[in-house]
Amino acid sequence: MKSLIMIIVGCALINNVVLNQFLGICSFLGVSRQMKASLSLGVAVIFVMTLASAVCSLLYTYVLAPLSLDYMKTIVFILVIACLVQVVEMFLKRKSPAIYRALGIYLPLITTNCAVLGVALTNVQDGFGFAESVLAGFGTAVGYTLAIVLLASIRSRIREEDIPAPLRGAPIVLISAALMSIAFMGFANLSI
Amino acid sequence: MNKYIERLQNGIFKENPTFVLMLGMCPTLAVSTRAINGIGMGLSTLAVLILSNMVISLLRRIIPGQVRLPAYIVIVASLVTLTELTLQAYMPALYESLGLYIPLIVVNCIILGRAEAYANKHPVGLSVMDGVGMGLGFTLALTVVSMLRELIGNGTLFGARVLPASIEPMAIFVQPPGAFLILAVIIAVMNALGIKSRQRHLVEEGCNGGCAACGRACDQRKGTDEK
Repeated sequence: MKSLIMIIVGCALINNVVLNQFLGICSFLGVSRQMKASLSLGVAVIFVMTLASAVCSLLYTYVLAPLSLDYMKTIVFILVIACLVQVVEMFLKRKSPAIYRALGIYLPLITTNCAVLGVALTNVQDGFGFAESVLAGFGTAVGYTLAIVLLASIRSRIREEDIPAPLRGAPIVLISAALMSIAFMGFANLSI
Repeated sequence: MNKYIERLQNGIFKENPTFVLMLGMCPTLAVSTRAINGIGMGLSTLAVLILSNMVISLLRRIIPGQVRLPAYIVIVASLVTLTELTLQAYMPALYESLGLYIPLIVVNCIILGRAEAYANKHPVGLSVMDGVGMGLGFTLALTVVSMLRELIGNGTLFGARVLPASIEPMAIFVQPPGAFLILAVIIAVMNALGIKSRQRHLVEEGCNGGCAACGRACDQRKGTDEK
């Protein structure tokens, strides 16, 4: 039990997917302009990443590993993720239009979010079982959401400041991300 | 012949994928801790990019428009797997240090972006040259970023000590925050010098338009906004 909680904490805080491993930078910098969009994307990522980790873990354990097709995992995982996103999109459209309106537009973005593929591959690399993979996927996605929501709230304040002209736009956002990354380094010594 | 040279210049300078188009930020930030890693990542991406542009250009009349993105992803993923196995066999040290970021070349926006923006509309020769140009531009950018980080953060270049021992290296620059800082400084200098880049596009519009799938998301979002 303790080790399972540690997986979530480790993935969300200690090895934060954006600030420590640099996965999903595109959407982290792009979508964080608006708070509401960041939250919606975060929820969508939590949903897809947990699901993708589960499906990829099952596929790897019961199909790829027994057939010793280990080298096919990149191709299989990216296809699974792309299909999964499509299925989730169609399902939401049909069953829950309200959620679809809120999240739908961010779902295609997630296909190319390298964090999802990254987690699926890391789970295999670390030899995680099913439960561990799902928790790692969930924890990583929570870390992603935390990072993007924090950056969005920093950016909403930056907009009101008088920033030197060359630093406007990407540089000041990157500097904010650097400071967040320094803050997250403090979690490195965290242990339960 | 000029058209081919123009493609090279376009990739390396005019539309440098990292500094001007702002594509492929993840590997740029992640592996640039040491110059040798930067070059290794750049060259791996170059290889995949040349091959993917070639294959996609050859198949451009065969792949139906509606399923082109999944088709591209399968092609790119196969090429990345080839590259990964080659590195594992012949350059195990580099393979170890790049680790997870080799399979992640699949989702590098530069590759899908070039397939969508160039290779599926142009003949093979030009597409290959486009891949060479873009790949070299990416390699150059990664090398610059990683040399800066290694020099400031570790006092070395390609593993050889450059700064005298009396200067204490700032270790933060080889750690994750340093990647964000270096990139921020580079873009700020480019802004100050008046070099145009799409960085505003990157942080203001939510996706970098060159990338195929992100572009699709953008279109959809525009669609829903209008409704």
